[in-house]
Amino acid sequence: MLALHKVQFRQGDFTLGADLLIPTGARVAVIGPSGGGKSTFLNGIAGFIATDGGQVLWQGQPMPDHPGLRPLSILFQDHNLFPHLNVMDNVAIGISPDMRLSQTQKQQVRTALDQVGLSDKSASYPRDLSGGQQGRVGLARMLLRQRPLLLLDEPFSALGPALKDEMLDVLRQILHVTSATALMVTHDPKDALAFANQAILVADGVAMAPQPIQQLFDAPPPALRAYLGHWT
Amino acid sequence: MADRIIAIILRIILGGAVLAALLLFSIGTAVAVATQGLGLGRLGVADWSAIRFTLWQACLSAGLSVTIGIPVARALARQKFLGRQALITLLGAPFILPVIVGVLGLLAVFGRAGWISDVLTWTGFAKLSIYGAPGVILAHVFFNLPLATRFLLQGWSTVPSERFRVVQSLAASPWAYFRLIEWPLLKSVVPGAFLLVFLLCLTSFAVALAVGGGPRGTTIELAIYQAFRLDFDLGKAASLALVQFTLCGVVAVMAFLVPLPQTDGLGLGRLPQRLDASGHRGVDFMWITISAAFLILPLGAILIRGLGHIASLPYQVFTASITSVLIALASTVVCISMALGLSLAFARRGQVAQNLAEGMGILGLATSPLVVGTGIFLMIFPFAHPMTFALPITASVNAMMALPFALRVLMPAVRETYADYLTLRCSLNLTRWVWLHRILLPRLRRPLGFAAGLAAALSMGDLGVIALFADPDLQTLPLMLYRLMGAYRMDQAAAVAVVLVAQSLALFWMFDRGGRGYAGSP
Repeated sequence: MLALHKVQFRQGDFTLGADLLIPTGARVAVIGPSGGGKSTFLNGIAGFIATDGGQVLWQGQPMPDHPGLRPLSILFQDHNLFPHLNVMDNVAIGISPDMRLSQTQKQQVRTALDQVGLSDKSASYPRDLSGGQQGRVGLARMLLRQRPLLLLDEPFSALGPALKDEMLDVLRQILHVTSATALMVTHDPKDALAFANQAILVADGVAMAPQPIQQLFDAPPPALRAYLGHWT
Repeated sequence: MADRIIAIILRIILGGAVLAALLLFSIGTAVAVATQGLGLGRLGVADWSAIRFTLWQACLSAGLSVTIGIPVARALARQKFLGRQALITLLGAPFILPVIVGVLGLLAVFGRAGWISDVLTWTGFAKLSIYGAPGVILAHVFFNLPLATRFLLQGWSTVPSERFRVVQSLAASPWAYFRLIEWPLLKSVVPGAFLLVFLLCLTSFAVALAVGGGPRGTTIELAIYQAFRLDFDLGKAASLALVQFTLCGVVAVMAFLVPLPQTDGLGLGRLPQRLDASGHRGVDFMWITISAAFLILPLGAILIRGLGHIASLPYQVFTASITSVLIALASTVVCISMALGLSLAFARRGQVAQNLAEGMGILGLATSPLVVGTGIFLMIFPFAHPMTFALPITASVNAMMALPFALRVLMPAVRETYADYLTLRCSLNLTRWVWLHRILLPRLRRPLGFAAGLAAALSMGDLGVIALFADPDLQTLPLMLYRLMGAYRMDQAAAVAVVLVAQSLALFWMFDRGGRGYAGSP
């Protein structure tokens, strides 16, 4: 269970409030208008933004301050990969940032690459990969890290519809293998429905408690209705 | 149609004329120097030691500037503090600060009669002396550390914030952090920054003139000057000039192969959002304090010392001011016309033209004012008395020295305007007049103003060819300052320095302001 207990995330002048619970294993879409605080929400949980009161708890324990010690992996829209490292190393830093791997760890990296279908690209550099392949390298790193909480900040929004579906498939497989809890920011209601069973609406500086996603879309509150327009 | 052909021909003639003038200045003067020179056999032991010293001090100055620049830039990239933006702006100041003023300021802090020596005597130690090699290197670091820091800071600010976060989320060790973030960054910025500073230290003259000299502190530029002014040995001056030209040529070719850092200063103001800031606060603020003090103290020393003595300056300060301003204005007009001509002629051509334009810029950087001065002197000497032309020669050499920087500012702006609006011009069928007056010039107004400000300030502070050509009656402000320093009238020298800096800044501000004045510009 991920618990945000009366948390205030402060970033400059902007403050985002959250008081909610997310059950273990949930797949949550984080939706809402741009500028509403979706990224602040994820970056706050990841530990990049200091909390201004309140507590973030994982399985009842307060999360450590340092982002690297939190039981999670995060994937951004861009710049997840280091251009001067090849695919193998870009994945390997997920478990060994020093890039000193044991034989077992090397095998684990190869397995992860295999699972996202990139085993033949391990010596390539990011500049030689397509956008979809770069996304899969990021997913392979996530898979390798085996953290119980996954945060995804619009990682596929720059991809075309077919590629995006493909990525969501890979992601679903990862979740199936790891049974991790996942939060994904998306601005596409279709993606949200395809991926998530719950949704958190972030608008006007407040992250609301998660609701079953279909229920939320069937009876959207005013802020969501304004954002969705005539989508339904 | 005919109109269009004429326009193209005109542009080619214009660009070609500027190119020809530039080549005459750089290569032409070198040829003059080569034919008059008496070969390497003419160079004595002292000359060879000058060559060795030049390379050694340039290497050391560039190495120190870049090495110290790394922790300073890292600290500026990592920490948020009051006055951060002001400090970053101040890092740009040494670029337009007259070199001789900087040297005077350094003497006021580090010299025999400087603040540090005062403290040392008071505590029973010997006084510092920075004449010779230490002074040359100290001054070169003073002028180039800020430059290197700005390049490095620019490198840091191009790293996307996500990348820092990825590293943090991996709980990376400091070593892993270095390998993932800093090593690739340094690898891309350091070689170019080192080479640029090396080049600037290779061709720097005023520093060596003011604090250099002696067997272990004479650069080639200074040796040329001494052969010229003290021995009037034109053959030796020419031989030395040829050596200098060759060295600069080699470095210029290297600079063409290694991309030199861009100097546009974009992105420097981005505020850091780094979680690791607090862990490094102590070290970072130590570097920030040291570098800020190193920059501010010398300038402050001059201001404190000079302000009170302005009233006691001889009336010559007026004539020197007028001479300096006139040279600066003439040099600005020449520089901006050349830069605009080159930009318009080359901005729209293909890769070859782009390389050519880039090459011109590097050629300008690698050209030593004293080599050009010697060459011009040798060309005029058979026909007339070269000193008569001191003013026009100074103005044109200054224009050429500022050209690389003006090009760096103007070329991208011209290119961008054409890229953004050329299709619009064609689709609206705008006439040449409307295009020029309503689109091109208004769009270029700001870079033009900035480039002109740079050219004017650089010329105001110049102490190069003018030192070579001036007779005792002719005086610019930097020359007057240098002569007062030579006579150990340091109070008056400081007062002239204040006047000089005020006038340089005023000229820079006027041009830069003029560029910003247009209401419609973003």
